[in-house]
Amino acid sequence: MILSPMPEHDVLVVGAGLAGMRAAIEAQREGADVALMSKVYPVRSHSNAAQGGINAALSEGDSWESHAYDTVKGSDYLGDQDAIEILAREAPAAIVELENFGVAFNRDEHGRLGSRFFGGAEHARTYFVGDFTGQAILHVMFEQLLKHGLTTYDEWFVTQLVKDDQGAVRGVVALDMKSGRLELFRAKAVVFATGGMGRVYEPSTNALICTGDGMALAYRAGANLLDMEMVQFHPTTLKGNGALLSEAARGEGAYLLNKDGERFMKKTAPNKMELASRDVVSRAEQVEINEGRGVDGCVLLDMRHLGAELILERLPQIRELALEFLGVDIIHEPVPVRPGMHYQMGGIKADVEGRTTLDGLFAAGECACVSVHGGNRLGANSLLETVVFGRRAGRAAAQYAKSVGAPRVSEAWLRDEERFIASLFDRPPGERAAALRLEMGQTMTRDVGVFRTGEGLESARRTIAELKERWERVSVGDKGRVFNTNLVSVLELRNMLDLAEAVVASAIFRTESRGAHARLDYPKRDDANWLVHTVCRHTAAGPELSTMPVVITRWEPEERHY
Amino acid sequence: MEVTLRVFRFNPETDERPRWQEYRVTVEDYATVLDALIEVRESVDETLALRCSCRSHICGSCAMRINRRSGLACKTKVREVADADGVVTVEPMATMRVIKDLVVDLEPFFDKVRAVEPYLQPAGPPPEREYIASHEDMENVKGAQACILCGACVSACTVMEVDGSFLGPTALAKAWRFVADPRDAADEKRLTALSGPGGIWDCTHCFMCVEVCPKGVAPMERILDLRRRAMEAGLTDNNGSRHSQAFVDSISESGWLDETKVAIRSTSGPLELLGWAPVGIRSFVRGKVPLRHYKRPGAEHVKRIFRRLGELDGKGRRGRPGAGAGARAATPSNAPGKAGDAQ
Repeated sequence: MILSPMPEHDVLVVGAGLAGMRAAIEAQREGADVALMSKVYPVRSHSNAAQGGINAALSEGDSWESHAYDTVKGSDYLGDQDAIEILAREAPAAIVELENFGVAFNRDEHGRLGSRFFGGAEHARTYFVGDFTGQAILHVMFEQLLKHGLTTYDEWFVTQLVKDDQGAVRGVVALDMKSGRLELFRAKAVVFATGGMGRVYEPSTNALICTGDGMALAYRAGANLLDMEMVQFHPTTLKGNGALLSEAARGEGAYLLNKDGERFMKKTAPNKMELASRDVVSRAEQVEINEGRGVDGCVLLDMRHLGAELILERLPQIRELALEFLGVDIIHEPVPVRPGMHYQMGGIKADVEGRTTLDGLFAAGECACVSVHGGNRLGANSLLETVVFGRRAGRAAAQYAKSVGAPRVSEAWLRDEERFIASLFDRPPGERAAALRLEMGQTMTRDVGVFRTGEGLESARRTIAELKERWERVSVGDKGRVFNTNLVSVLELRNMLDLAEAVVASAIFRTESRGAHARLDYPKRDDANWLVHTVCRHTAAGPELSTMPVVITRWEPEERHY
Repeated sequence: MEVTLRVFRFNPETDERPRWQEYRVTVEDYATVLDALIEVRESVDETLALRCSCRSHICGSCAMRINRRSGLACKTKVREVADADGVVTVEPMATMRVIKDLVVDLEPFFDKVRAVEPYLQPAGPPPEREYIASHEDMENVKGAQACILCGACVSACTVMEVDGSFLGPTALAKAWRFVADPRDAADEKRLTALSGPGGIWDCTHCFMCVEVCPKGVAPMERILDLRRRAMEAGLTDNNGSRHSQAFVDSISESGWLDETKVAIRSTSGPLELLGWAPVGIRSFVRGKVPLRHYKRPGAEHVKRIFRRLGELDGKGRRGRPGAGAGARAATPSNAPGKAGDAQ
């Protein structure tokens, strides 16, 4: 047998979407030996799905303060204002850097960057590449990755965070999906940029890979999770398969109607109407549906008045989706939509340098909670977060790596994981992972959705606890080692169940309504008691909840009006 | 609705050779082939391996062959491809090694993307702010930036099927994206490299990549544009561009193709010509070498068209053998046996 040397790097970045790639590039610029690991090839990452654009106060008359204020207000004052200031201040340079990297951003008549309006914003500060901004940026970042010659471990699935004797994170155990082999990776610092957890819900706009692996691994390893109850529901997902219809539709002037043909947004957001923040619009829709003014569990997105010309030129993808899946031509008919799970504002608690509560572990992107989105994220701020905080986490991790000695971790980590995986293969035929996931997802949508009640949340808590127990009997039907997606799905389900538990516990804990967390039994925002983050920590007895102050620099909480 | 998926199966750990397996599943009317495959994997057979993620044709994971045609499973409706008996055949991408079932080895694919130095190479340090670039130029580049690196075009490429050294439609479309980008300053280096063996002149214009691309990137069009740019840059000392020019010359002189002359003029000289002698002899024996070449009636009119074209682009009679000019002809730069329209 040939023994290959144990892979070792100064910085190991896990997750190769925008945040991960940006972190890896920055860590290398800082002089670190960096490797990037992902369960998919970098260009398959979910950053691809961002359509509308990326925000920055770059145009004349706009200011970073205005961008920051919109973000603070959008967050329902739960975002940390020091972090939001950094996000808004660094945004212009981040967009220019992306342009310089080669992104073919839309131009104005002078050949300069041209922007568009987006929801919840006072200025047109969204920069874009057609309706595939995320994909364009992700692929250009991949080009930069190749330019920098970074080492990548493609299609490696991380199963465990590894610590040294002092409890500092010093690597991971990962499964090479192509061979089925487990390997111990040593690193002085680990950066998680593992993305969101949309698959905890069913349906979700998220890709199948969005299973929250990094959040769950960090959580089990003792890192704090923050504001996990803050789950964003996008107001316009298609009836049936839940496909996302971009905010661009409402940006172009689409109406939301109830069954009586009424523009119901005038009741809750008389000024911004359909372009209020996403939490506000989703709630208004759900009220219409719940009070019997919906159409078959949906409301109607009406674009007829925009005319065929505009629709064909600016909203062709939306038209195609509605035609393809429902046979509805938006030129002639309104299309039924409903709120659908879209984004996790919460995540691994990280400071503005990406440092988590675990020594040696950094986090950036959707898996992290810095927190810039607070209770509700504004459209086009998520791409921005990945590059601004990806860069900062990469830099901090590289600097941290310089300050610590060679990683010393025991081989026992690897042997334990090998035993664990073997035990999964050895399980007798039992339940299927897919069936449990569906049950989990439907439970989360029903009981931890747009509106929540103490009763519903308790019911969800019991169901998730039961599903966790049943997970112990889930079997791996595929006994092969090579590209065993069945094994991976069982491991992903374990991660998702832990996160579902954390989301439910956090939602039970916060007895107020703020941002995306709307409790019918506590319908008011309660700044006196709840202008705080929810902190969720993993213990043997289950999630342990506490609070942490929100950082307020210059914008005192006010009531939100749109 | 019910569908029978006839799926290519291969498990390297247990199978000596690939086999077919049929699965009958019930899916929604609007279901895609990917939805059906996921239904199989989740409810029928957990051992089925495939890559998939976004379900909305943006991540590029689920490229495969459906009824022999390369494409994204998530963009292919079951009801549109099922035959009269409700059967859909699903196979892994072609021109790539199978790892397991529908999962192929993508390393050679990404190696080729890497080979074209696929990153912006501007002149000097970046400006204070963004580069000034016209909306039209960016729109132009955007067309190629829409590529999601799914591999469908490579799977369908008829050159890659027989010649693994060809850079292929994905990598060449990627290369075009930089040559066409006004911010990139490495055109000459890029075009020189792309004019070499395995590069732009190895495409046989079969249109398969254009037809299967799920994002409308039309790689072949970009390859032809690279050829035009390469010739304009004076990179003509290669069989491909000589062939193109000889083709144009032949048409403008006689109104149609003088195959013998074009073949001879495409080579670098007598020495190379000698090397092609066996092919020439075989062709002769099989009556493929016309002994005499006549001017077509009306050749003068063809000549007039060329003259007018030359006046239009100010380059005289030797116009621009770009898109289409060399179409449907065997390019001598190709190895014998893989000529474009010889079949």
